[in-house]
Amino acid sequence: MSTLEIRNLHVSVETDGEGPREILRGVNLTVRKGETHAIMGPNGSGKSTLSYAIAGHPKYTVTEGSITLDGADVLAMGVDTRARAGIFLAMQYPVEVPGVSVSNFLRTSATAVRGEAPKLRLWVKEVKETMGFLEMDQAFAERGVNEGFSGGEKKRHEILQMMLLKPKIAILDETDSGLDVDALRVVSAGINAVRETGETGTLLITHYTRILRYVQPEFVHVMAGGKIVDEGGSELAATLEESGYDKYVKVGAGA
Amino acid sequence: MAVIDATGRPPAAAAPAAPVRSRDPEAHPVPTGREEAWRFTPLRPLKPLIAGQEPDGKIDISVAAPEGVEVEFVDADDPRVGRVLTPVDRVAAFATVRAGGAVAVTVPGETELTEPIVAALRGEGGVCYSHLVVEVGPFARATVVLDHTGTAKYAGNVEVHVGHGASVTFVSLQDWDDDAVHAGAHAFSVGRDAKLRATHLTLGGHLVRINPTVDYRGPGGDAELAGLFFTDAGQHQEHRLLVTHLERNCRSRVTYKGALQGADAHSVWIGDVLIGADAVGTDTYEINRNLVLTDGARADSVPNLEILTGEVAGAGHASATGRFDDEVLFYLMARGIPAGEARRLVVRGFFGEVLDRIDVPALRDRVMAAVDAELSAVGA
Repeated sequence: MSTLEIRNLHVSVETDGEGPREILRGVNLTVRKGETHAIMGPNGSGKSTLSYAIAGHPKYTVTEGSITLDGADVLAMGVDTRARAGIFLAMQYPVEVPGVSVSNFLRTSATAVRGEAPKLRLWVKEVKETMGFLEMDQAFAERGVNEGFSGGEKKRHEILQMMLLKPKIAILDETDSGLDVDALRVVSAGINAVRETGETGTLLITHYTRILRYVQPEFVHVMAGGKIVDEGGSELAATLEESGYDKYVKVGAGA
Repeated sequence: MAVIDATGRPPAAAAPAAPVRSRDPEAHPVPTGREEAWRFTPLRPLKPLIAGQEPDGKIDISVAAPEGVEVEFVDADDPRVGRVLTPVDRVAAFATVRAGGAVAVTVPGETELTEPIVAALRGEGGVCYSHLVVEVGPFARATVVLDHTGTAKYAGNVEVHVGHGASVTFVSLQDWDDDAVHAGAHAFSVGRDAKLRATHLTLGGHLVRINPTVDYRGPGGDAELAGLFFTDAGQHQEHRLLVTHLERNCRSRVTYKGALQGADAHSVWIGDVLIGADAVGTDTYEINRNLVLTDGARADSVPNLEILTGEVAGAGHASATGRFDDEVLFYLMARGIPAGEARRLVVRGFFGEVLDRIDVPALRDRVMAAVDAELSAVGA
């Protein structure tokens, strides 16, 4: 039973010349395997900070609170250890790794996460099938990681990694941003395929409700001013679609 | 990868004065360090070579060559000596004088070698000099490897003539011990419709300064110069290239990649290309990229293109020096890859373009292993 528990999480970021600035101000959240949570909120509410803090980006400092995965202290783990423990972050802006091919990268990553090199024949088949599912050209595997990728290709590549690494907890940071309808459909199908295994807890971070028509969350959390300010079921997303974030922004500003 | 554009340097205000070209060491001034050609180079370790000190050490040279290749030791006044290389500084002039002759390797015309010619140069300490001449006859095909190991204070001249229609792959590996000093003038001439691929791989040494030059002896020549260097704490590794296009319709490509780590690691790359007034149809491009892995390292990179004709097919250059990107490290680690392995992946990817072109597999594996060892020495 995989459970990610976030308790009273406070996170600061180092700013240029202005010292640390607190972004998260006491976030509480529990994600169990098989569940899908959406975190929504206006720009600057702290959504991306939450995802980076869980993954362990060095720019973000946890000043208070805890994150545990099945009781293990995630904050005590390095970035790579967290990934091997089963935490996956699909990046909003994946970076280029020039000269390193997608196939080499995927295999190195799978070897690290699974603890042993996957059997070559099975691996090749698995990658091929997953790329097929995501409607990706096979030639893609020989390109440099994210080198010259379009926005849609980058996001498909992130979902490809998620499908191959089979994480316990998958965090999708604005995976829907910058996607046309076709790409959104394919990427959502990938996310749903992972959800349907029932083995992964999914945390969907998004500004817009558009992706929630394809990937339906059981839980919706609204973030503003570095806190979760409202929670509900999928009906909350529908309300947000109509009324927007205005009332929460005021709450956040007063916090 | 974050890239800091280093091409913003002002070009040299005027073409530098043509250097003295002479085999007579005394015709060359003693460098002070203020000259354009010496301004990046620490002169102290080079003093015995600049002074032309009599050899008190030894470099052991053994040449393994396939059948059909002639290897001999010839006098310094042999016509093959100086056919390609005319020294432009004292060190190179002394190298020929003090070597007392040259090792001459001759590949007869129309010979197609399937195995490389390997010259192992092992420094046994002390001041020493050598001169190597490689002549590849018309329409021949050959691969020549120079493998420098051990230690010495060493001035070594190399001249390679690629006969018309011939194809030569040349690789020089500088795998010296940490205290070696190596000044090398490596001159190549490319005959009509001939092809040269020359690669310099510099891993070791306290000070290594290689001066590859290319000229063409007829139209249609093609020269691809590549380089890889891994500069560690306290090392000075310098590659100064000069490609002179005076013939029509010749092509040159220069691709050098360097990685630096540790305090006072210093690399210098100078890429000079001259296109003469009659060299119409010239096609040239040069690029140097450096990856700075730690604080305290310094990469100097100066491309320089002088064009005296308006009718070139293409002429360009680029230079970029970037730091190891922490966001790349985060991305790879967020996929479970430990930091040390992530760095190896990034550096191998960075060097890939040059490494993949070394078509001597044993050599390529050795360089990759050496790079991996350098990276793990620092830890991550």
